[in-house]
Amino acid sequence: MTDLLAARGQMAMSLAFHIIFAVLGIGMPALMVLAERQWIRTRDPVWLDLAKRWSKGTAILFAVGAVSGTVLSFELGLLWPRFMEYAGAIIGMPFSLEGFAFFTEAIFLGVYLYGWTRLSARAHWWAGVAVAVSGTISGIFVVFANAWMNAPTGFRVVDGAAVEIDPIAAMLNPAAFSQSLHMTLAAFATTGFAVAGIHAWMLRKEATSAFHRAALRVALAIAVPAALLQLVSGDLSAKFVARTQPVKLAAMEGHFETAARAPLRLGGLPDEATRTTRWSVDIPGGLSFLAFGDPDAEVKGLENFPESDWPPVAVTHLAFQVMVGLGTLMALAAAWVAVCWVRKREVAETRPLLGLLALLTPAGFVAVEAGWVVTEVGRQPWIIQGVMRTADAVTPMPGLVVPFAAFTLLYLFLGVIVAWLLWAQIVKTRPDPAHPIRRDV
Amino acid sequence: MPTLPTVTLADAVAAIVMLALNAYVILGGADFGAGVWDLLAVGRRAERQRAVIAEGIGPIWEANHVWLILVVVLLFVCFPPVYARLSVELHVPLVLMLIGIVLRGSAFTFRAYDSTGSAVQRHWGRLFSIASTVTPFVLGTCVGAIASGALAVPAGADFTARFLAPWTSPFALATGAFTLVVFAFLAAVYLTVEARDEDLREDFRQMAILAAIGVFACAGLVAWLGSRLDGAVTGALFTGPLALPLHAVTGLAALTAFAGLVRGRFRLARAAAVVQVSAIVWGWGYAQYPALIPGVHTVQSAAAPAITLKLVLIGLAGGAVVLVPSLWYLYRVFKSEAASAFVRVDTAEYRAPK
Repeated sequence: MTDLLAARGQMAMSLAFHIIFAVLGIGMPALMVLAERQWIRTRDPVWLDLAKRWSKGTAILFAVGAVSGTVLSFELGLLWPRFMEYAGAIIGMPFSLEGFAFFTEAIFLGVYLYGWTRLSARAHWWAGVAVAVSGTISGIFVVFANAWMNAPTGFRVVDGAAVEIDPIAAMLNPAAFSQSLHMTLAAFATTGFAVAGIHAWMLRKEATSAFHRAALRVALAIAVPAALLQLVSGDLSAKFVARTQPVKLAAMEGHFETAARAPLRLGGLPDEATRTTRWSVDIPGGLSFLAFGDPDAEVKGLENFPESDWPPVAVTHLAFQVMVGLGTLMALAAAWVAVCWVRKREVAETRPLLGLLALLTPAGFVAVEAGWVVTEVGRQPWIIQGVMRTADAVTPMPGLVVPFAAFTLLYLFLGVIVAWLLWAQIVKTRPDPAHPIRRDV
Repeated sequence: MPTLPTVTLADAVAAIVMLALNAYVILGGADFGAGVWDLLAVGRRAERQRAVIAEGIGPIWEANHVWLILVVVLLFVCFPPVYARLSVELHVPLVLMLIGIVLRGSAFTFRAYDSTGSAVQRHWGRLFSIASTVTPFVLGTCVGAIASGALAVPAGADFTARFLAPWTSPFALATGAFTLVVFAFLAAVYLTVEARDEDLREDFRQMAILAAIGVFACAGLVAWLGSRLDGAVTGALFTGPLALPLHAVTGLAALTAFAGLVRGRFRLARAAAVVQVSAIVWGWGYAQYPALIPGVHTVQSAAAPAITLKLVLIGLAGGAVVLVPSLWYLYRVFKSEAASAFVRVDTAEYRAPK
């Protein structure tokens, strides 16, 4: 394994690990404060039990998310020092602001987790709101920085050096809005579907459990709108990529030949050697319409670009298919939930829907990972689109396979422990409505 | 009258980086130090000592940890070549430190939330305390490598000379040990204030006195090894115009902290310990100034363009408006005298390992 490949592997693995915690770190606090709000309003102990369980989950996930995020803040330099040396001063704004958002999140999470008996119910709830809001903002800022790698603005290159730096323009780069919207909605949809799926599965066994019904309701309250809005946001993102990163779009679609009335390819396997995508189901004019709003528009194919600028086409295309497929499935499930709710004011009675929701438990995570593969692998061979190649950014440190292996083992270990802890401590323990609580001391 | 040196934009930002590092040392450092005492807890009261430690750092360690992230972010935004250079040359110890940071935080949380049995919790506790001990030591060796000027590696150096030698020199290792005892000292001093039971307070007092002696010994060792290094690097620490006041503040604070511990004036000891350790941090900064990495980069040579620095300063001012009241609130809820009188009905169930 070359050092470049090891560095890319370590970065990909670290991000793939961290993104799970980042997504849950945005979604879980929202669930937690919604449940606590219901408790404050109704004083029904089911809600308090839920809020407490979710806050324990948040505590575990946040701790691992915080330390794996720390690792990333160092890995940017440990693996890509030339990138950071070049880009640090340009994209520093979102990172600095993210630092403050993360700080606020950590402070109020401490207040929330350890403050159940020390604060008034209202103050405690507001601490939870601060966690949820600052966590979301922190995620948005990080995506701003990533968006800049796709749409680098706010500087000019003169003799290989960046001059006339404008950090505000870099932060508010053209990709910032569509990408951060897409990621934030993904965080809520993923968390919502994961939690809803677990409780839907439980409800198939204990159909009358008030606890699982309450949990399902809150989880769907964030999952349904997020999954439906994600369709619009996804369309926005695709149109943006079509305009700014035509190579990436072509790879996402397995689109080799430039053509008007380009078809939308569902599935299929692109082959770079023969420059064809086989076994796909084609919708004529579909790609032209989705990318440019006109079924007859010309869409540039990969042939228009030198092969040295192509991302790995098959990986990008397949990841895109997985993301869109699961996103569509989640949106359909969300629509079904909405219909059930409007007609019956209850979702838990519709057993086939519970079955579908249970099946979709991991869907959001898979879609998120696939989406990151699309945006990151799809940008290759560039680390900064059109400005710096990934191969030119890597550290001169030899033997990078060693830290790659070390962090992989470490994260595997942590992943297993966290999954087991969440299961044993939060899901599996019996709901206990008579939890000894002294909220008003 | 001596003319005042002109303070540039880059100097101001560098001072803020030092301030954040200072905060990390006295807050986050103490959390690591508390883990050291978790490892060293012995005797009949060992489990009760561990419970006080867990209770003391539980609500605040995540917030305290963010100071380190702030330092890293400010470094790569405001002094990108310094961040890049440190990341390359100190790759090995930084990876070790990160593994320590990951294991410390995760194990602490797992112990708090894993109520499957005391044996499992003990394993998490052990991992937490070992990681808490290794991490500050490695962090200290990095500081030693920077301060000794060892990162100005000549071109063509082999792997050992470039990636291992700088942070494993006697000076760097001594700085690692110094960092470790400083963190342990801070933790023990804080714990004398936080323990609510006389026996435990006495335990922590003894630990703090022991650590204070360790700090003194390690400081002497570092100073002696430092004086044998190339004079340009550590010279200002002994000959610069501010050398005397800095040493005076450090020494006075150290004596006050020690006297406070001996005479049972724990709040005074805590305040003095904070001053003492802060003076050590700033002493390092002063000794190096204007170099950020001696022999490689200075504050001026590594600074990002003025527009970036200005925006960061504005951002920091804006962020402080949110951050300062939030931190004040956190510490008021968990660390004020009134707060410590509360009975923790709810959290005790998964906090103290039994």
